Amino acid sequence: MSAQGVDVEGVSFGYGATRVLEDVSLSIRKGEFFAFLGPSGSGKTTLLRLIAGFGTPDRGRILIGGRDMTRTPPWSRNVGLVFQNYALWPHMTVAQNVAFGLERRRVPRAERDRRVRAALDMVGLAHLIDRRPAQLSGGQQQRVAIARTLAIEPEVLLLDEPLSNLDAALRAGVRQELVELQRRLGLTTILVTHDQEEANAAADRMAVLDGGRVLQMGTPTELYDRPANRFVASFLGTANLIDGTVEGGVFRAGGITLALREPATPGRATLALRPQAIRLHRDASGGALAARVLRTEFLGGHVRYTLELQEGQQLTTEEVHLRGRDPLAPGGGVQLEIDPQQVSIL
Amino acid sequence: MTGPGAGSPLARAKRRAALPFLLPLIVTLLLVAGWPLLRTVWLSLTDARLEAGLAPHFVGIANYTYLLSDPEWWSAVRNTVVFAVTSVALETVLGVLIALALNEKMRGRGILRAAMLIPWAIPTVVAAQMWNWMLHDQYGVVNQALLALGVVQDPVAFTADPDLALWTVIAVDVWKATPFMVLLSLAALQLLPDEIYEAAEIDGLGPVGRFFRITLPLIRPALMVAVTFRSLDALRVFDLMYILTGNSAAAASMSVYARQHLVDFQDVGYGSAAATALFLMIAALTSLLVIAGRIQAAPEEDDR
Repeated sequence: MSAQGVDVEGVSFGYGATRVLEDVSLSIRKGEFFAFLGPSGSGKTTLLRLIAGFGTPDRGRILIGGRDMTRTPPWSRNVGLVFQNYALWPHMTVAQNVAFGLERRRVPRAERDRRVRAALDMVGLAHLIDRRPAQLSGGQQQRVAIARTLAIEPEVLLLDEPLSNLDAALRAGVRQELVELQRRLGLTTILVTHDQEEANAAADRMAVLDGGRVLQMGTPTELYDRPANRFVASFLGTANLIDGTVEGGVFRAGGITLALREPATPGRATLALRPQAIRLHRDASGGALAARVLRTEFLGGHVRYTLELQEGQQLTTEEVHLRGRDPLAPGGGVQLEIDPQQVSIL
Repeated sequence: MTGPGAGSPLARAKRRAALPFLLPLIVTLLLVAGWPLLRTVWLSLTDARLEAGLAPHFVGIANYTYLLSDPEWWSAVRNTVVFAVTSVALETVLGVLIALALNEKMRGRGILRAAMLIPWAIPTVVAAQMWNWMLHDQYGVVNQALLALGVVQDPVAFTADPDLALWTVIAVDVWKATPFMVLLSLAALQLLPDEIYEAAEIDGLGPVGRFFRITLPLIRPALMVAVTFRSLDALRVFDLMYILTGNSAAAASMSVYARQHLVDFQDVGYGSAAATALFLMIAALTSLLVIAGRIQAAPEEDDR
C-alpha cells in the first residue's frame, strides 16, 4: 500500500561491516512535510541519500510516487536535494546555478529564463541574479540552493540539515519561509535534522531515528506527548525517567505513588515525567511529595530546578518566572505534586 | 591603498613607520638583483671581453643589431619557444589527467602519490645525465630495448640527431616536470567538495561534463599559476639542453646561446646583450600572464 509520496520498505544499508540502516520502513504522504530526526550517526542522512539515489540499499525498496526507484540513478528520480553546505557551483552566477538543471533537461531558452526568474522570485532573490555565490551571505546562498532545486520542479524536495550553517538569529526566519513555501507549493518534503525544535516547528509528521532504526513515527505532538521509549522521551525535550512497577493501575517507585489515568500492563515500568507535569507548592499542602532543592537555574522566562525526593530520586522541573515570586534557594524544601494526566508509562 | 582611513593620521604614521622596516630588504634586493641586472644591461652596450686588462668601450646598440641579424640567435629563440610551448602544454594535460586519477579513492593511493613525485625530486643535472646514458646510441638501455622489441633496426642517436634532439629534450622535461603539474592540480582538486559533484549528478551530468563544466573552471586559477611558473622555467631552460645536447644548435636555447658567447667565446658584451634580450622577453611574458590572470580573476561576462 503506497502513500504516493515516498515509501521506504524494509531498507537495510551498510558500509562493509558497519550497519547504517536496519530494516527501515516508513510512508510519506504526497504533499507532506516530513522530518527525519536523530542524533549524528543515527542514519538519517544516509536514508535521505538513498532516497535521492546516492547508493543502493542492501535490502528493501524505495518508492517515489508509487513507482519503484530502488535502482534508478539520481538524475531519473525527479528529486531535488538541498545540501547542508548548499553545494552551489562557485564559478557560476546565481542565474547560471539555477538554470543548470533546466539546461541539462533541455528546457528551451525562453522557458528556462522564465523558470529561473520564477524560482528566484519565490525565494526573494530575483535582484541578485548576476551575483556569484561568494558574494552572497549564508542565508542568501541557502535560498539560491533552494531556488536551484525548485526550478527543476521536483516531485520530492529533500533537505539535508539546511539550516544548520545559518546563525541562530536567521534560522527561525528561514525555517518559517521554508514551511510557507512548502505549503504553497504542496511539495512532498523531507527534512533531515538533529534539532528537535526544527523538526517540531516545521514537520507535519516525523520519524525519530537512532542506531539506524526508526524508533517512532507520528506528529510532533504525538511523539512529545506519548513517547514510545526512553530515547524518544529524552531526545524530544526534557523528561524525567523513573523506574518502578505498575500494579492495579498504580505506579510505585520509592516515595512516588501515582494513580494512573490510562490502563497500563502490570509489572516493571518506566514513568516519563515532563517538567510541566510537576507542580511546585511553596507552602506545605496535603497530598504533595516533599523534596529538597539541589540546583536552581534562572533562565529568564522560567526557572529550572533540580529536586531531590526523600528517597534520593532526582527530578528536573521548570516553573514560569513571575515578578514578585523569587526563585527557590538551593538547599530549601518544597512540596510537589505530579499531574497524572501529563505522564506516560514506557 | 585607498582603504577606509587611508588618509587618517594613524594610517600616515603607519606608512612612515613601514619604510625603515622595508629598507634592509630594498637595499639587499638592489644589491643582489638590481646591480647585476643594471651591470648586464651596461655591459651589453660595450665590447667587454673576459680577458683581463682590456677596458670596455661603449658601442651603443651594435651588439643588439648583430644579435638580431644572427640566424643562430633566431634558431635559439625558435628552439626555446617550441620547447616551452610543447613541454608546458604536454605537462599540463598529463598533469591534470594524472591528478584526476590520483584524486580517485583507491587502494595504494598514498604510495602512488609519493612515487609520482620522484622525477621532480631528482636534481635536474642528475636526471639529465641519467637520461643521457639511457638514451646513448651505443650503450643506452632505451636503444637496447627498442632493438630487442624490433621497433628500430639501427640504434637511434636521440641526442645527436638534429631532427630528434629538441624533441628528446622536451620528452625528458615532460618526464621531469609533470609531477609539479600533478602536485598543483591535485592540491586544487582536493579543495573541491564532493557535494558540488553530487548536485550536478542529480542533473544528470556525465563524467566528461563534470570535468569541463565543473572541475576545469574551478581548478583553472591554480592551473594558471602552475602554467605561469612552468612557462618562466621553460623559457630560461639551460641545464637539460647543456647536458643532453651540449651546444648543438639543433636544440640550443636562448640561455645556452648566451652562455656560449659569455663563457666559451669570452664575449661578455655580446653575451650580455643576449642575456638582456632573454630577460626582456621573460619580463614581457610575465607581465602578459599577470595581466591575463587579473582579467580572469575579475567577474566574467555571461559565457553561455
